[in-house]
Amino acid sequence: MWAARITSFVLALLAGAFAQAAPPRAEVMHWWTAGGESAAVRALADAYRAAGGVWVDTAVAGSEQARAVAISRVVGGQPPTAALFNTSKQFLDLIDQGLLGTVDAVAVRDGWDRFLPEPILSTIRVRGHYYAAPVSIHMPTWIWYSKAAFSKAGVTKEPATIEELFAALDRLKAAGLIPLAHGGQPWQENVLFRAMLANVGGRDLYLRVIRDRDPRAIQSDGFRKVLLTFKRLKSYVDVGAPGRNWNDATALLITGKAGVQIMGDWVKAEFAVAKQLPERDYGCIVGLSPQSPYIVQGDAFVFPKSENRDVVAAQQLLAHVVTSPRAQVAFSKQKGSIPIGTGFDPATLDPCTRKGLAVMTDPSRVVGNDENYLIPDQNGALSDILTEYWNRNVPVETVQKDIGAALSR
Amino acid sequence: MVNFRRARAYVALLPMAITACVIYFGTTLWSLRVSFSSSRTFPTDNFVGLAQYARLFTDDRWLVSLANLAIYGTLVIVVCLVLGFLLAALIDAQARNEGALRSVFLYPYALSFVATGIIWQWLLNPTNGIQEAARRLGFADFQFDWIVDPDKVIYTVAIAAIWQSCGLVMVILLAGLRGIDPDIWKAARLDGIPAWRVYVSIVRPMLAHSFATATILLLTAVVKLYDIVVAMTQGGPGTASEVPAKYIMDHLFGRANIALASAGSIVLLITVGILLAPILYLRRYSARLAAR
Repeated sequence: MWAARITSFVLALLAGAFAQAAPPRAEVMHWWTAGGESAAVRALADAYRAAGGVWVDTAVAGSEQARAVAISRVVGGQPPTAALFNTSKQFLDLIDQGLLGTVDAVAVRDGWDRFLPEPILSTIRVRGHYYAAPVSIHMPTWIWYSKAAFSKAGVTKEPATIEELFAALDRLKAAGLIPLAHGGQPWQENVLFRAMLANVGGRDLYLRVIRDRDPRAIQSDGFRKVLLTFKRLKSYVDVGAPGRNWNDATALLITGKAGVQIMGDWVKAEFAVAKQLPERDYGCIVGLSPQSPYIVQGDAFVFPKSENRDVVAAQQLLAHVVTSPRAQVAFSKQKGSIPIGTGFDPATLDPCTRKGLAVMTDPSRVVGNDENYLIPDQNGALSDILTEYWNRNVPVETVQKDIGAALSR
Repeated sequence: MVNFRRARAYVALLPMAITACVIYFGTTLWSLRVSFSSSRTFPTDNFVGLAQYARLFTDDRWLVSLANLAIYGTLVIVVCLVLGFLLAALIDAQARNEGALRSVFLYPYALSFVATGIIWQWLLNPTNGIQEAARRLGFADFQFDWIVDPDKVIYTVAIAAIWQSCGLVMVILLAGLRGIDPDIWKAARLDGIPAWRVYVSIVRPMLAHSFATATILLLTAVVKLYDIVVAMTQGGPGTASEVPAKYIMDHLFGRANIALASAGSIVLLITVGILLAPILYLRRYSARLAAR
C-alpha cells in the first residue's frame, strides 16, 4: 500500500516535470549599473522575456570587478549562464582552457559574419567558432563640444582638422573657460592618446603600433608627433582634473564651463539625463579628417560551457535575442552605442549615432580598440607609461623606448 | 587530570592551527609557485625562473609603489604615535569633557577607508576644496594643491590616514595611562620633576607594551594600504601615488597576470618580514633582560 502510494506520487512528480518544461532561464552577469546603463539592460531583459525566457540579473559594479567575479565563478564550477566581457582578448584564456561554449548555430543562422564589423568579428570568432554574442558597439574617441561654450568663445565653425581643434582650444582658453574637460585617470588619458593616434597618426600608424606592435613604427617620427600632440593637450586641462570621473568632466560641458571633451559615445546618456540634445546643445565630431579611422569598442556576452541542455538552450536564445534588431535599437537608445546588425530604421536614431553609423559602413575606416589587439597585460603596461608621460616631464624619446619595450613582451 | 586538560586545549586550538597551516602557509607556498611561472589568467606549470621578479624590479611603477609605501608607512606610524600620545596625555591630564573629546577623536576610526578617502579627496581638490574656500575668504594667494602634484600626492594620502588612525592610538595609550599608579605622579611631584619630564622619561617607557600594540596595528594597516588610495587618487596623478597592494590587485584581475601579481606579493611579504624581524628580536631581547 505504502509502496504503491509513494510510486504513484513519484510518477506524478515526474509527469509534472515533463509536462511543463521549464522556460529557458538565464543568469546574466554584467557591470551596467549607471542610470542610462541599467535602463539599457532592462531593454535586453524585456526582449528576453518577450521571447519566453526568464532573465536573472546579476549586476556587479565596475567592469574589472565584474569580470573577475565571472572568471572565479567559471573556475569554481558555478558559472552564470552568460557573462559580459569587452570584445577583446579578455576571454581568450577562458577559450584556451575550454571553459566557454560556442553559439555557432545562432551565429550561422542569423548570419553574424554578414553584418558585424571585422574587428568585432575577429575577437568573437576564434579558430572558426563563435564564442560570444556582441551587444554594443561604442566608439571611444568622439570629440564632443558645448555649443554654448563655443559661442561664448567666438568659435563659429566646427573644427575639421587638428589645427582647427587647437585654434578652438586657444580661443576657449582666452575666453576664460576650461578648454578641454578631462578626467585625470589613466584610462581617460589613454582615450586622449588613442584619439591623437587615430587623428594625427592615421589608420596605418594606428594599426602598425597597436595591432602589429611594430618597433619601427613605435620609433618613427610620425609616432613621436602623435605623442607630442597628446602631451600638448595637457596645457588645455584645468588644475582640478586629476582623479575626476568622466561623467563629471561631461558635466563641465553640460554647464558650459568647459568647451571640449574627448570621450566615448556613452557620454550621450549624460547629456540626455540633463535634457540636452545633439546638434542643438552639443556637437559631436567623429574624426578630424575624411579618412580618420573609426575605432570600434564592443561589449559581448560569453557563455560558460555547460553539459546541461536547458542551460545551453537558454544561452542560444540569449545569443539570438540580444543581437536581434529590435532589442538592439531599444538597447542602443539608452546606452548611447551604435546598434549592431541590420534591419532597423536609421531615422529612429539620433544625429550623432547616424554620423557614426555612416562612417562605420566604410570598412576601410574601421579599426579595433586597443584591447582587441593587446592582451590586458600589455595594455596595462602601455597605460602606465602614457599616464606617467601625461603627468610628469618625461622626454618623448624615453616614452617611445618604454612603449617599445612594453609592447614587445 | 592535567594532561587531559592540556589535550583539550590542543583540540580547541586545532581548527585555528589547520586554518593557519592550510590557508596562510598553503596559499603562500602556492603564490610562490605561481610567481615562478608564466601564468596569465590561470596558473600554468610553465616555469620561467625569476623572470617575473626581474620584470618587477625594472618596472618603474613597482619601484614608485615601494618608495611610496616607505614614505607613507614612516609618516603614518611616527605621526600617529606622537599625536596619539599627545592627545592621550592631554585627555588624561584634563579630565573635563573627557567623554566628548574621546568620541570626537575616535570617530574617524569608525569610518571605512573608502569614506575617509572620498572626504579628503573633496577637501583637497584645488577647485572646490580647502584651497578654493580659503581663496573665497580673501586669501587670494592661498595654495594647497598637493593632491594634484605628483611630488606631494603621497603626503595627502598620509594626512588622511593619520586623521583616521590617530584616534585609535590615543585610545590604546589612554588605557595604558590609566593603568599607571597615581603614586608615581605624587612621588614625581614631591621630587619637583616637571610634568613633561615625567611623561617622556617615566610614563613613556612604562607604556612600552601599549606602544608596541599600536605600532603593530598601524603596521598591518600600512602594508594593506589599498582602499584609501583607490578612493582618493586611484594611484594618480599618473602613477605618483601607486602602492604595492594596488599593483598586485591590478595585475591579479584587470591585467590578468597572476604570476607577476604573485611575485609582487612575495616581495611584499619578504619586505614585511625584514621589517618585523628586528621588532620581534628586540621584544624577545627585552623580555629576556626583564626575566634576568
